[in-house]
Amino acid sequence: MPTLIFEKQSYQRNPDETVLDCLLRHGVSVPHACRNGVCQSCLMRSTDSDPPAPAQHGLKDSLRQQRYFLACTCAPEGDFAATLSGPVLIQLPARVISVEKLTRRIARVRLNPEGAFDYRAGQFINLARGDCLTRPYSIASLPYTEDFLELHVARHEQGRMSRWIHDELQPGNELAVSTPLGECCYRPEHPEQPLLLVGTGCGLAPLYGVIRDALHHGHTGPIWLYHGSRDREGLYLVEELRGLAREHDTFNYVPCLDSPAAGEADFTARRAHEAALARHTDMKGWRVFLCGHPEMVNQTKMKTYLAGAALADIHADPFYLTAL
Amino acid sequence: MTQSLYEQLGGEPAVNAAVDIFYRKMLADNRVNRFFEGVDMDRQAGKQKAFLTMVFGGPANYTGKDMYEGHKHLIKMGLNDSHVDAVIENLGNTLKELGVKDELIAQVAALANSVRDDVLGRGH
Repeated sequence: MPTLIFEKQSYQRNPDETVLDCLLRHGVSVPHACRNGVCQSCLMRSTDSDPPAPAQHGLKDSLRQQRYFLACTCAPEGDFAATLSGPVLIQLPARVISVEKLTRRIARVRLNPEGAFDYRAGQFINLARGDCLTRPYSIASLPYTEDFLELHVARHEQGRMSRWIHDELQPGNELAVSTPLGECCYRPEHPEQPLLLVGTGCGLAPLYGVIRDALHHGHTGPIWLYHGSRDREGLYLVEELRGLAREHDTFNYVPCLDSPAAGEADFTARRAHEAALARHTDMKGWRVFLCGHPEMVNQTKMKTYLAGAALADIHADPFYLTAL
Repeated sequence: MTQSLYEQLGGEPAVNAAVDIFYRKMLADNRVNRFFEGVDMDRQAGKQKAFLTMVFGGPANYTGKDMYEGHKHLIKMGLNDSHVDAVIENLGNTLKELGVKDELIAQVAALANSVRDDVLGRGH
């Protein structure tokens, strides 16, 4: 059985077991969330050898060279030594300005990080509670016009963090936020490029930032947003987005419901990605942003690519729920 | 000075242009797309780039053993000569779409064909 050395303690690791699973099995508490190599909250550094390549997928080159890796996707062949990453995961204290229910399921949280906090619209942060419970959330605000950090939190019945945010978080409370991460961002150098954005539930958060960033930069190409949910509780900022669509001829907003009830006739009765793929059959030259349900994101990534979008132009941000 | 095949094809920018078209053809091709089910697309595109660099005659780090190791799980899924033929056909059509001359396409196809036995595990 291979040995895992973590912070100078050794643990027996089952063959094929990831570093994260091994530590959790031994009762070692380490930050983690998505368990799918996406959120980067389980970032660690190897102290003796190069980590396996899949465990470094998605990391910046500079981090890769310093042997950083993601514990949740790291299953090395033999013995392995690791340490918590330290200074790269800078945690800034952030005070809660407001917690507002936009629907019964979605809360809007506004935070005021201490000191300078640079980010780009569409990036995400890892949000940590005092007891180190950590979850990734996308940023919905704009860095240059809004002096708060806005997150959208969907309440999940099994979600420790989201239930706590919905039920207990108060203005004035202090949390910690990580350095912003992710590349789900607008590129001002291609103002004429058509943009397709598909989000489910609070997958709208980064898209709301990206759209307003694009409009702010005077984007001239068409922008199509498809926001979907199984019911009305997952669709939010509807009036704001309708207003934005009235103000900007290039911006098209298509709110979708799986099965609209009577009196919800102004919603498209279709899943958001299906409505998008049905209307836009030639995606050559488009830039695509997909956020939310992992199955929707991965399926739509494949379909928009097959419809002609270049892989490098597809930003996929699957929101994995963290098991208890 | 005669240019190498890789230079004549246009080097790395040409590989990048080809990867997008080639991988799309592979995913849309019912003869081979089941081998790509559940595979991370970005990671797979990275592998396609390494493969295309090799068959373009470029600086490649693939060895016969790598080709074997990378495909042996697919042999269990039924990978055979007909699938290698499909790959070479998609490769040829990709290059045609990019306006590459037939004579160069033939050279690329020959390079792709040269790893057929490694891919299919013959001699390993």
